[in-house]
Amino acid sequence: MFGKLTWGAIPFDQPIPLAAGGIVVVVIVGVVAFVAIKGWIPYLWREWITSVDHKRIGVMYVTLASVMLLRGFIDAIMMRSQQALAFRSQGYLPPEHYNQIFSAHGTIMIFFVAMPFVIGLMNLVVPLQLGVRDVAFPTLNSVSLWLTATGALLVNLSLVVGEFSRVGWLPFPPLSELTYSPTVGVDYYLWAVQISGVGTLMTGVNFVTTILKIHAPGMTYMRMPVFCWTALATNLLIVAAFPVLTATLAMLTLDRYLGFHFFTNEAGGNMMMFMNLIWIWGHPEVYILVLPAFGVFSEVVSTFSRKQLFGYRSMVIATMAICVISFMVWLHHFFTMGAGPNVNAVFGIASMIIAVPTGVKIFNWMFTMYGGRVHYATPMLWSIGFMVTFVIGGLTGVLLAVPPADFMLHNSLFLVAHFHNVIIGAVLFGAFAGYTFWFPKAFGFRLHEGWGKAAFWCWFFGFYLAFVPLYVVGLMGMTRRMQHYDVPEWRPWLLVAAGGAVVILAGILCQIAQLVVSIRRREELRDLTGDPWMGRSLEWSTSSPPPVFNFAVLPHVEGRDEYWRRARLAERAGPMAEPIYKPIEMPRNSATGFVCAFFATFGGFGMIWHIWWLVGVSILGAFATFVVFAWRDRTEYEIPSDEVARIDRANRRARGEAVAGAGALS
Amino acid sequence: MSSTDDYEPLHGADHAPGDEPARGREVAEGVLGYLIGLALAILLTAVSFFIAGTFLVWRPSIPIALVVLAIAQIGVHLVFFLHITTGPDNVNNVLALAFGVLIVFLILVGSLWIMYNLNQNMGPMTM
Amino acid sequence: MTAFQAGAGYGDDRPEEGRRRAEALFDRADPASKRIIVGYGFWIFLLSDIVMFSAFFATYAVLVNETAGGPSGKDLFNLHNVAIETACLLLSSFTCGLAAIGSRAHNSLMYYGGMAATCVLGLGFLSIEIHEFAGMVGQGAGPTRSAFLSAFFTLVGCHGLHVTLGILWLLTMVAQVFAKGYRADILRRVLCFALFWHTLDIIWVAIFTVVYLLGAGA
Repeated sequence: MFGKLTWGAIPFDQPIPLAAGGIVVVVIVGVVAFVAIKGWIPYLWREWITSVDHKRIGVMYVTLASVMLLRGFIDAIMMRSQQALAFRSQGYLPPEHYNQIFSAHGTIMIFFVAMPFVIGLMNLVVPLQLGVRDVAFPTLNSVSLWLTATGALLVNLSLVVGEFSRVGWLPFPPLSELTYSPTVGVDYYLWAVQISGVGTLMTGVNFVTTILKIHAPGMTYMRMPVFCWTALATNLLIVAAFPVLTATLAMLTLDRYLGFHFFTNEAGGNMMMFMNLIWIWGHPEVYILVLPAFGVFSEVVSTFSRKQLFGYRSMVIATMAICVISFMVWLHHFFTMGAGPNVNAVFGIASMIIAVPTGVKIFNWMFTMYGGRVHYATPMLWSIGFMVTFVIGGLTGVLLAVPPADFMLHNSLFLVAHFHNVIIGAVLFGAFAGYTFWFPKAFGFRLHEGWGKAAFWCWFFGFYLAFVPLYVVGLMGMTRRMQHYDVPEWRPWLLVAAGGAVVILAGILCQIAQLVVSIRRREELRDLTGDPWMGRSLEWSTSSPPPVFNFAVLPHVEGRDEYWRRARLAERAGPMAEPIYKPIEMPRNSATGFVCAFFATFGGFGMIWHIWWLVGVSILGAFATFVVFAWRDRTEYEIPSDEVARIDRANRRARGEAVAGAGALS
Repeated sequence: MSSTDDYEPLHGADHAPGDEPARGREVAEGVLGYLIGLALAILLTAVSFFIAGTFLVWRPSIPIALVVLAIAQIGVHLVFFLHITTGPDNVNNVLALAFGVLIVFLILVGSLWIMYNLNQNMGPMTM
Repeated sequence: MTAFQAGAGYGDDRPEEGRRRAEALFDRADPASKRIIVGYGFWIFLLSDIVMFSAFFATYAVLVNETAGGPSGKDLFNLHNVAIETACLLLSSFTCGLAAIGSRAHNSLMYYGGMAATCVLGLGFLSIEIHEFAGMVGQGAGPTRSAFLSAFFTLVGCHGLHVTLGILWLLTMVAQVFAKGYRADILRRVLCFALFWHTLDIIWVAIFTVVYLLGAGA
């Protein structure tokens, strides 16, 4: 009836997961109860859960990512503290537990923090920057969000019911095969990642279509903000790479569930093929993470240098070059697997070549700052921090791209330090820069500057304290994922690294404080004009937050940095004439995304625990949801022109008053 | 977004991939296109099956011949069934296809090359 | 001229020129029509599906000789059945095209007739394939026998699964037109279905060539 599920799945005999799981359950139940008692559930259902508005979906993605960042970071603190303590001792985490923690840490950070964060930023910003009302497929967008949430839910469920995977964030066979991982851990991983992967693929399709087919009049390709170009490259990569992930994980799933022999030791399986396929996905994946961050920096650096981005055309070419070359370097993740010097050389050279367009971008950002009037607001601090940090990480990457060097450093802590260097330095700093930059647009008030700066400095110094020692200890020969060690020379470095994690913790606490303080003081921090930063692109022409339809009349675009041009023109010549308002049709909200994810959650859970009737019911339910959605007769609703006019006039008035009151917008 | 009329292909604008004509005389043209495509595809398929089993063709060349025939068939499908052309209204469709073909090529050729080398170097010891 | 050429070089310095050129290429009053948007989006999805199949193809190619002492393609494949399956799918692509033309022209004979024929041919394909699979499993050549067979069953089976889902979709599209007529959004879905069905035939071309013809011959 319940497959493999028994009461024994709940870790009553293991204090740490029991306590952690207990806390999570209490918090979730508490939050839901609070929301229910306050009567917010109808509002949340109507305005957020069933929303197909890209702005709301973007906010929910970023919220999911932020919450999961806390979970992933707690895993990190546990790993650092374990390694600090476990010199000639077992520390406090037994190996089976430690293995789950580093597996969960990587899985959560990549799939449920970094991905949703950048996707959330793209969701919020790209349609606004393109001057349009929404993405190509708004309901599909909602499906993507909720499927990602399903994946996150399943991973967290493993804390309470059963256990998580112990084989690392990528489930290499034969360790991940049923013979060596007979428990449900790897299955939790597989279904969580597969389900959210489907959501991500849908996002890719959605955004490629949006960017290439939907835009304001006059918005040619070469007038799009660079963030839209990087979003295009990112989503092309998603469309090209995620199917490979789906196929590869499906093959492993078939091995585990039906006894197939893709990657097994017996009957001719070839586990090296798994490595090959998973990294065909895995390398483009890291570019999927980093390209939107590059886009954020392009926007932030040009805005806060009060100068047009230097080298627009070379930025575009560099972005598309990175997009294509990122599909030609994947073997550098397994130089040591034995393909031989010829193969290694080709991929090593390609890996070095891909550093060139990235270098072009760095120079362009620097040249944008040079000669500009740089304002060191928090987003700009994150950008400068990124430039320094990412360059170092990139350099260590080019070093690792040399196969003979990699033979010494593969799977050492040097590697771990490298990829954290680039992911934190670029993706996370970019996410935080984007978060701070676009927060006012999403919510109508700015984030507190002081706490923001404090958070940055803690993260910046904390990062170096936590990871530079790992470079050192990697060069000394320490392998990754060690639950304990007995080499005394490593000890001081690991202690410093643990200290760095504490400093990063301080940074995270500053960010939480920033959010709390900003919400409390939101009236003082209110963004009345819609343009708190002297922005350059079209999102700043809307109010903060924008109306549901974004633009009362789609703007007619005449050049790059269209909003900057209009704002300066308006300063000289007065505000633009009132447009002619027409009724606007917007897509209806839909529960399709949430209901689909509901069935996906139960289906995934059923697959994990071998509860086959539940799987069957869920598949039928998902199919029924599709048909119900397809049977809708009314897919849009109309906002009458006087309503559009009322909203727009109020915004224009507010903006006019704020500009007049504040004098120059500087 | 306003729902524009879906029946008229927009002046000077892009063409939806795989889209059909809608007006009377064009229906006959559409059917003719499909018939030609079908005929070509049948021909190519028949040749493929024939070549695979025959001894009339130099055997070592057969795999390449089959692949070429398959590519030709896929081309027939793309042109006659999916209406992918090289016109200016099809640019995005062709670019997307080209990107897809590049990725497929990298995956297939890359995997085969890498795995061949790995299997050579890392194959099971025979002793 | 491509969109790229239209936009490039006409930036801030000649905004009016840029706009005129761009207007020649893009619909100016509104973003692209829904039919184009939906068609293109589905086209992108199909390309992602093709990439997924190529991962299965690559795996098949790598594992094709790993028969673990068991039967190989030569021992198992019946090219007569494959020829019939191919004929079914190819003809069904043709009838699907007729149905698509019929839908655009609101010609119910072409539409319902075409869809019915496509359905019958698709089911014919599936029944032969299921029969083939069952036969192989029956003789102990199921997917758990060897890596080659795992790869074969997965690749060909994935295609068959897509065909099955396609037939479910086909039935839904017939039901929708029957219930709601030739509404614009339903026609968009018919367009997507046709794209899907043709693509499945393209993938089958690759399968029968690489898996069956090369497998049986070598």
